[in-house]
Amino acid sequence: MTGGRKLLGHAALLLPPFGWLTVFYLGSLFALLLSAFWQVDSMSGEILHEWTLDNFRILVTDSTYRVIAERTIGIAVLVTITDIILAWPLAYVIARKVGPRMKLVLLVLVALPLWSSMLARIYSWRLILGHDGVLNWFLRTAGLPEQSFAFTNVALWIVFTYLWLPFMLMPLVSALERIPASLPDAAGDMGATPFQTFRTVIFPLAIPGMAAGSVFTFAVTLGEYVTPMLVGGAGSEFIGNVVYSNVGVSGNIPFAAAYSMILLVVVAAYMLLARQFGAFDGA
Amino acid sequence: MKGFSALLLATCCTAMMAQAQAADLPTSVGKGEGDLNVVAWEGYADDVWVKPFEQQSGCKVHRKYVGSSDEMVALTRMGGGKGFDVVSASGDAALRLIFGKNVQPVNISLIPAYGDLMPELKEPSFNTVKGVHYGISYEWGPNVLMWNTKTITTAPTSWSVIYDKAHAGVITVPDNPIQIADAALYLSHTKPELGITDPYELTQPQMDAVVSLLKEQRPLVKKYWALASDEVDLFKSGDAQVGAAWPYQANTLRAANVPVQDTIPTEGATGWADTWMISTHAEHPNCAYLWINHVMTPKVQAQQALSFGETPANTKACAEMDTMQPGSCKQYHADASAAYFSTIKFWKTPVKQCGNGQNNCLDYAAWQRAWQQVKQ
Repeated sequence: MTGGRKLLGHAALLLPPFGWLTVFYLGSLFALLLSAFWQVDSMSGEILHEWTLDNFRILVTDSTYRVIAERTIGIAVLVTITDIILAWPLAYVIARKVGPRMKLVLLVLVALPLWSSMLARIYSWRLILGHDGVLNWFLRTAGLPEQSFAFTNVALWIVFTYLWLPFMLMPLVSALERIPASLPDAAGDMGATPFQTFRTVIFPLAIPGMAAGSVFTFAVTLGEYVTPMLVGGAGSEFIGNVVYSNVGVSGNIPFAAAYSMILLVVVAAYMLLARQFGAFDGA
Repeated sequence: MKGFSALLLATCCTAMMAQAQAADLPTSVGKGEGDLNVVAWEGYADDVWVKPFEQQSGCKVHRKYVGSSDEMVALTRMGGGKGFDVVSASGDAALRLIFGKNVQPVNISLIPAYGDLMPELKEPSFNTVKGVHYGISYEWGPNVLMWNTKTITTAPTSWSVIYDKAHAGVITVPDNPIQIADAALYLSHTKPELGITDPYELTQPQMDAVVSLLKEQRPLVKKYWALASDEVDLFKSGDAQVGAAWPYQANTLRAANVPVQDTIPTEGATGWADTWMISTHAEHPNCAYLWINHVMTPKVQAQQALSFGETPANTKACAEMDTMQPGSCKQYHADASAAYFSTIKFWKTPVKQCGNGQNNCLDYAAWQRAWQQVKQ
């Protein structure tokens, strides 16, 4: 009897969060899924609530959308790998080489850019990479050949890598911190060289941190559309840009919904993969 | 017989529609409601003429700027079109707004300046349907070829420069499906065998040819510009040196001491003609009429023309322009002859129905997809 009442109490406690999740989160996802099967009247621009697979047919048959999806995923992978490589040395120093005071200073410095507007940071890269920009001024002064990264996919790669580096760094730092000092010490006692210690002890134990960081860098790059719009050039469209131009510009919400399904599927697949590598274990 | 009854039905319904709309037209302009929500092109609601309007009418102007016709249509439709009162729609958006029932017929007898409009713009097909006026023609102009005179020293006379590998990496063109028409216009001269007579009426084979030209152009393009300010930035930083532009960008750049020149090449140019239209759901219809009457006065027409680099629809603006800036009436073609007007192919919404009665032209949705294919 009391057990039944307890169960009821638990249910009452769980109802509000579950209701919230269902209505706001799953509800909007469901609406998205549903609208992907509708179409838009090309002349009046009104949404016609008639079932059609046209949107998906266009996505499958028109190679344009495959090319854009491949570019989006490709650059997201590239950015993730670059951020892992760039984050390692600094994360290692912060986690294991400096005192508490210095650690705080370094962590604040890493987080500092996040206190400013992302838009301002992206625009500042336009000033750096532009034809008459800071980088070329520097190269000219140093007597080196000028570059033209501005408005290319290289610019996208650089700016994304810069934007998301803190999101890779933080989980990596906390993963490295958690490795007890006794483990590398023990490896050393057993005669392992520093490189062997790193390869067999430290790196494997940091994998969950990298996996967690990569969920940020990969998923966030995948859904971005502002950076491609501002620093990308001809042939820099992302999935997000196609969605943006279909919703914000031409009002074709059904097609945008159908295309954004790709993001949903890819991110879900990536999350499952990251979970295998322990991305969500520490939480 | 069937055809005849269909015709009869069409006639009766059109007549009824026209009658119903005539009955709905306001008969006088009342006192302003205090606010006016404007959706306009960048530079179309400048403080220079907005401030005097606010003082005279008591209508506070709230502005929203857009960068493309598509965006303009999307914005005016948001929330069922209740959020705006007036919009400065170009020819490619105007018909979509009319057929989407987003704008209401206007009573031209309440707009005194209507009598002074250029004859060609009194009832153009992009804002007047079956004799019903859905707005008042405002200003117009061509899409010009613009280049940096420091790096390109011989003045180009053909659109061919923006398809030329010699300028790879320094070309910029608008990020807009209507850019397809510019390429179609160029092809109508260079490849007459395609049989393109109207750049807004393309069959599938003609579109394929245009898309393949634009795909060849893509690797040469530095960036497709979405906002006028984007192109200004590109020319300022030296990232772009030649491209398709509006006279507005050329004026802005010259004012910032960037050495640019612009021209209408020998192939002619596409162009736009804008119309002030009133929302079907306008919450401030009196302010809307007051606004249109204000911006159609010769003085505001002249101010707008000089600041944006375009041509007024009101013929009386010519004299005003010359007072403000001697010689500008001629320079901005405010005294344009019908012959000059006819060299510009004005933006209109591509529809399935071709001008020759055939039904095999591509509609706007197909244009949009083609443009996405080009940009990839």
